[in-house]
Amino acid sequence: MIIVENLVKKFKTGDSELIALKGVSFKVAEGQFLAITGKSGSGKSTLLYQMGALDFPTNGSVYIDGKDIVKMGNRERTELRLMELGYVFQDYALLPELTAVENVMAPLMMQGAPKKQARMISEESLRKVGLEHKLYNKPSQLSGGEQQRVSIARAIGHNPKIIFADEPTANLDSETSKIVLDIFLGLHKKGQTIVMVTHESEYAVLAERIIRLSDGEIISDEKNKQ
Amino acid sequence: MTIIKKVNKPPLIIPLRLGFFLAKRQIIRGNIWTTILIIMVMSLTFINLIFIGGILTGIIESSSVSNRQLYSGDVIISALSKKPYIENSPAVISMVKALPWTEAVSYRFVSSGVIEANYKNKTDLSELSEEAGGLVAGIDPEVEDAVTGLAGKIIEGKYLDSDDTEFILVGADKFFKYTPIDTPSMQNLKNTGVGDKVRVSVAGRTKEFTIKGIVRSKVGEVDNRIFMISSSLRDMAGRSDNSVNEIILKLKDGADPAVAQSALLAAGAGKWGKVQTWEESQPKFLKDIKGTFTILGDIVGSIGLVVASITIFIVIFINAITRRKFIGIMKGIGINSFAIEFSYVLQSLFYAGIGTAVGLSILFFALVPYFVSHPVNFPFSDGVLAVTWKGALIRAAFLMTASLIAGYIPAKLVIRQNTLDAILGR
Repeated sequence: MIIVENLVKKFKTGDSELIALKGVSFKVAEGQFLAITGKSGSGKSTLLYQMGALDFPTNGSVYIDGKDIVKMGNRERTELRLMELGYVFQDYALLPELTAVENVMAPLMMQGAPKKQARMISEESLRKVGLEHKLYNKPSQLSGGEQQRVSIARAIGHNPKIIFADEPTANLDSETSKIVLDIFLGLHKKGQTIVMVTHESEYAVLAERIIRLSDGEIISDEKNKQ
Repeated sequence: MTIIKKVNKPPLIIPLRLGFFLAKRQIIRGNIWTTILIIMVMSLTFINLIFIGGILTGIIESSSVSNRQLYSGDVIISALSKKPYIENSPAVISMVKALPWTEAVSYRFVSSGVIEANYKNKTDLSELSEEAGGLVAGIDPEVEDAVTGLAGKIIEGKYLDSDDTEFILVGADKFFKYTPIDTPSMQNLKNTGVGDKVRVSVAGRTKEFTIKGIVRSKVGEVDNRIFMISSSLRDMAGRSDNSVNEIILKLKDGADPAVAQSALLAAGAGKWGKVQTWEESQPKFLKDIKGTFTILGDIVGSIGLVVASITIFIVIFINAITRRKFIGIMKGIGINSFAIEFSYVLQSLFYAGIGTAVGLSILFFALVPYFVSHPVNFPFSDGVLAVTWKGALIRAAFLMTASLIAGYIPAKLVIRQNTLDAILGR
């Protein structure tokens, strides 16, 4: 369960102040597939970063399993991200010198998995996203869609409680985007909690719940009727 | 799916292992030309750390070596103070020859004298002759050459033969041509050379000789002397005894001069003469310069180490800055700072280690041999690159320590930045 409570995020740009989030509050139930959507600059990615312990809000709280992650120190947040959360970024965020399997292995090894076990789990994760034939390719040898699937494999490799996906299909063509979203839907069916930010409404409607943001405020929060 | 959360492992091992995993791949799979460039910078930095100090030391080192080779031998016995010569010289020479480590022995009869040139061209009697004072050494040419290799230092003319009673060798410092100094305290010969006749005065007696050769060794004790065969000098000095002023001992390879000195002192040679190792007999100015150059070398080395540290810092900092986004990603996915820092320290140690190894190879297999065969022509020595393995390894250890620190700090600085800003590149 994620509880977002009165979340405010302000940015200082020179003398002026930009309020990206204006007291946003909502809850995400375990196993839910939430899509956060809105126009560019609506604050959706900012919201995801606060929820995913990648940034500190100016005000408010984010509770994950009852713990306020805003009050956690850097070390505790790193530990939380490693153990409980998974991330899928718009630009894939893979380490260029590591192969697909090694990119997935890195956080597993940080968790303490022996190298052999980490490799085994990583290969299994990559198989789940249909990349069993590209295990030893470096990111530069993969297409955008394949890189995004490696990123998903890395996010799910350690069986996180929540996956945060920031515009995972923004750089992909529609066919590849569909493959990526099918993977998310498959994970959701197995009970995985997913929070996905997207500006593409045709993909947002695939989620179980859609929150729409505008100027840092929630303008709608509805269950998907499909 | 296998869940590996809450695995109990020593906390330090995990980031160390992952740091190694990341560093290894970043080095192996990084741009080969960047890696080569960094290693090259490290090698040159290491060479720079040693080179200037090595040359400074080398100037004095080769001067010491020349002094040992051409003047003092490994052990030198000279007259005791207030004694004109080594008393009981034949007995002392026998002692020296009896040592098991002795390879060759030379002995010199030395007296002060004056050399005078162009005296035949003088038209005005009140005019001063062209003359220079100095020590005259009576030698056995063959024996002297066997011990000191003096024949190899003839730069003009020829070396003495055993029966050259009418010929002399003159040190290059006695000629204005080679040592262009003309002061009241240092007179030399200006228009004289090989084949010219000169007058040598010793103990009030004067004899005419022909200059057979000019000696130049860059050893003051040699280049300031006039050499003639021992019997000629004895005749002039009116000495019929067999006493000598200097006994020069060349030891077999690997023999310790201090051991030979102790053996001679134990045998009683110290009663008749001053027994010194080559190091003890070195002129004070040489020892002083050596001390000064060692300090200068250390200063230059310290500056070199600071430069090396800054270089490594810049290299690692640029490496870390250009990889800021990926550092952010690693932090974002939960890899802790220590693992990332350790991977950068390992990379920095790798670059410094390989750079040092390449630098050592260049030094010992290229530069040192080059300077041995092509010494730098300094006024008082043929400068070589004096580098010892011990000294080089100590500097290598300093460089590695500096690399460790210089690799850690920039990684730490980049890692401390905001994770999200790093990921988003803002």
